[in-house]
Amino acid sequence: MRLWLSILAVSAANALLKATGPLVLGDRRLPFAARRVVALMAPVLLAGLIVVELAGPDWHDLDGAQVLGVGVAGLSWWARAPMLVAVLVGAVAAATVRAL
Amino acid sequence: MSFRADFAHGARDAIGPAAATLVLGISFGAAAAGADWGFAAPLAFSALGFSGSAQFTLLTTLHTGSALAAVASAVLINARYLVMGLALNDSLQGSRGRRALQAQALVDASFVVAHRGGGRFDIGRLFGATVPQWSCWLLGTLLGLLARPDAALMQRLGLDVVFPAFFVLLILEEIKSSRAAIAALCGGCISGALLLVTEPGYALLAATAAALLGLLSDVEEEPT
Repeated sequence: MRLWLSILAVSAANALLKATGPLVLGDRRLPFAARRVVALMAPVLLAGLIVVELAGPDWHDLDGAQVLGVGVAGLSWWARAPMLVAVLVGAVAAATVRAL
Repeated sequence: MSFRADFAHGARDAIGPAAATLVLGISFGAAAAGADWGFAAPLAFSALGFSGSAQFTLLTTLHTGSALAAVASAVLINARYLVMGLALNDSLQGSRGRRALQAQALVDASFVVAHRGGGRFDIGRLFGATVPQWSCWLLGTLLGLLARPDAALMQRLGLDVVFPAFFVLLILEEIKSSRAAIAALCGGCISGALLLVTEPGYALLAATAAALLGLLSDVEEEPT
């Protein structure tokens, strides 16, 4: 029961977090200055996600092979590899380093 | 472009991130099985909660103390959705309730795929990107529950690279101006510094403060 109540509470709160902006603002548009901030939200959020994913709490999860793999994936994409291929190459690079 | 075409576009662009979501879903399913969560609860959580960060947080904190504290941690780690919902609202349509329903399609990858630049979002792409994300998250959870793969094995295979690598590729596609590059750099630095003193969820939320660089006057790209 404790598990199910926790799951339902987190799921409901998650839905509310997403709904709050639209419920509060309705069809009112954000001010121009706020829209300029919104325009940068996606790259900023992505950068934060990458750092959090690679470093982890207190930077304890930082792993050289993982960082190398991510870097290789980026370079492969830069060299015009399709997205899925680039990620696969990155994963293979990390696996190879770990196997050595 | 029609809604159907936008939807297809979003779904196509989200295939890569959805593959990463599948791998992460397998990790969640395996971890939930290891924590004796049973079969139905993890699947229901993935279907209803649909949030890796919140689900992993609850999974790791629920057995350590009070349920209230665990739930609060899992909710706070997703506080960024509050900011993202505000950002998305101008691009939604209809009444407040209808907009709130549309906003449920919001996840990190769909937010990026739906971004058309200048703070505008395409709702068709948002839905199109979310469908494969949700499907792969649910399928991954199921596979993880059934197969229970060893986390060490997944790491040896390099599968831990998949998720951050897709985010790196998405950001390389997203950055189209020096202002966006600087903001992203600041966001990464903020979250990196705060990881030393606080939870990842707070660090991520604080990173969005870097978007305030948009308030500086010499605008390269004016949102409409």
